[in-house]
Amino acid sequence: MTQGTLDTLRERFSADGLPAEIALGTLVVHVAAPAMHAFAAKLKSESGFDMLLDVTAIDWPGRDPRFDVVWHFYSTHEHVRVRVKTAVTEGSPVVPSLTKLYGSAAFMERECHDMYGIAFDGNDDLRPILLYEGFVGHPLRKDYPKDREQPLVPYRTP
Amino acid sequence: MKLPPLTSLPNPVKSAFAPSGEGGPVIVNIGPSHPATHGTVQIIAELDGERVLRTDVHCGYLHRGFEKECESHTWHTVIPYVDRLNYVSALINDFAYCEGVERLLGIEITPRCRYLRTLLSEYSRLVDHLTCVAAGLMELGAMTAFLYLVMIRDYMYEHIADLTGARVTYSYGRIGGLARDLPAGWLTRLAEILDRYEVFIARVHGLVDRNRIFIDRMRDVGVLTTAAAIDYGYTGPILRSTGAPRDLRRDTPYLAYAELDFDIPVGIKGDNYDRYFVRMREMDESVYMIRQLMEMLPEGPVDVVDHRCMFPDKALVYTEIESLINHFKLVMDGPAVPAGEVYVAHESPNGELGFYLVSTGGGIPHKVHVRAPSFVHMGGVHTMLNGYQLADIVPTFGSVNMIGGECDR
Repeated sequence: MTQGTLDTLRERFSADGLPAEIALGTLVVHVAAPAMHAFAAKLKSESGFDMLLDVTAIDWPGRDPRFDVVWHFYSTHEHVRVRVKTAVTEGSPVVPSLTKLYGSAAFMERECHDMYGIAFDGNDDLRPILLYEGFVGHPLRKDYPKDREQPLVPYRTP
Repeated sequence: MKLPPLTSLPNPVKSAFAPSGEGGPVIVNIGPSHPATHGTVQIIAELDGERVLRTDVHCGYLHRGFEKECESHTWHTVIPYVDRLNYVSALINDFAYCEGVERLLGIEITPRCRYLRTLLSEYSRLVDHLTCVAAGLMELGAMTAFLYLVMIRDYMYEHIADLTGARVTYSYGRIGGLARDLPAGWLTRLAEILDRYEVFIARVHGLVDRNRIFIDRMRDVGVLTTAAAIDYGYTGPILRSTGAPRDLRRDTPYLAYAELDFDIPVGIKGDNYDRYFVRMREMDESVYMIRQLMEMLPEGPVDVVDHRCMFPDKALVYTEIESLINHFKLVMDGPAVPAGEVYVAHESPNGELGFYLVSTGGGIPHKVHVRAPSFVHMGGVHTMLNGYQLADIVPTFGSVNMIGGECDR
């Protein structure tokens, strides 16, 4: 991973008015939720980040806005990664979907929706993927108790 | 005991498409538990005769709340859970996770540990590819090749058990080191096993490579282009089978890979045959790397000296108050990992295995997220199934090597 490439990218993002820093070898950029789709499109076409690696979220209970949605992109040419973060509120946890730009977004957004209840505007297939139809709540939110059970089939009593 | 009638049980999945009625395509449900699905996965396929029109892939049947569970364990006690992600090459999960925590702590591991982790990573890749190729061949009826390969794999399992104490889930990585150093004679036995491997892998090549039945089932089936592979986030042997020489061991070198000489095998058209052959060639490269590492392995300690994460010597715990407190704090509170976030990616046998760790400065992770290659691959597997025959689902899905443990977490 070349430090020079990261520095060039950081300067490019900073010039666009986006807070960017290099943390433990990864470039981190903070983008506002409404601007995310346009930013990702630019990231793909101008900076060569052709692979969407990962979509997830972080729950910060007590903080407002409560959630960070986190994307990891990878450039298969430059071999660098960039982490893009967007803060969203509990009341309106909506970010734009990247399914139009990256095929891999579909499943990962479904997982993030399962686990954190983040809605991806533009992804019309947010059916449960790791959970099941009828599951109530979002298990990776910190206020979901670890031991809450929702058996799909009633437990058999001996 | 009284069970509810079957009709009242809710369906855990909602299919993306419904039967279209008389004369239209037929919907066939395959899995989640099916002898030929190579894992617990459900494929709902829309068929015209025997041709697959559309598929809707559902995973999650092995979801067990791995990430949730990690949030109530110390950084140390997460390690046994990590083993159970890709349980065919558990050591690579261990080392990737430990490297993530070490980066947060700012620890640099000892040279012997670095080379040993590299050697064991390649050994694990060998085991993983042997399993994948063997199972894929067995599903096509090649029983002899299957038995040859799993026999070698079993030598390796027993051999790794000599080192770690377990055949499959090792819990061998430690933050800042390894559970223990190599036992006496371990490398001698390793050299013997690698020689045996070469004899049997040559037999498998002879049985399979130019076998007409095998070629007919594999060539031009499940074709994936490089562009589609990158779009759907494919990494590892599947991406390489499309002809793209993308390998994290070369592109973003970690551990001791920068010092090793190795080739990156690629395919020519990204079909099942290429995926088989890329894995076979990668195993040869792993053997080549292991032999280099056996020569390079330096003497010295395997563990760093760092009281934030390393357990003190047991003799000192019983005789010295500082070590006793150190031990107590590490067990009860966990290692104090500075606040921060890190994304660490290793080239696992299936592709990019990423650990995204978030620490708030305590002994317990705020978040442990796994970028599991199998899960991402499931998002694009329909492109390899649609348009082929129903029977092609079996070899294609086998060549994708979906591992339920890491896919469903």
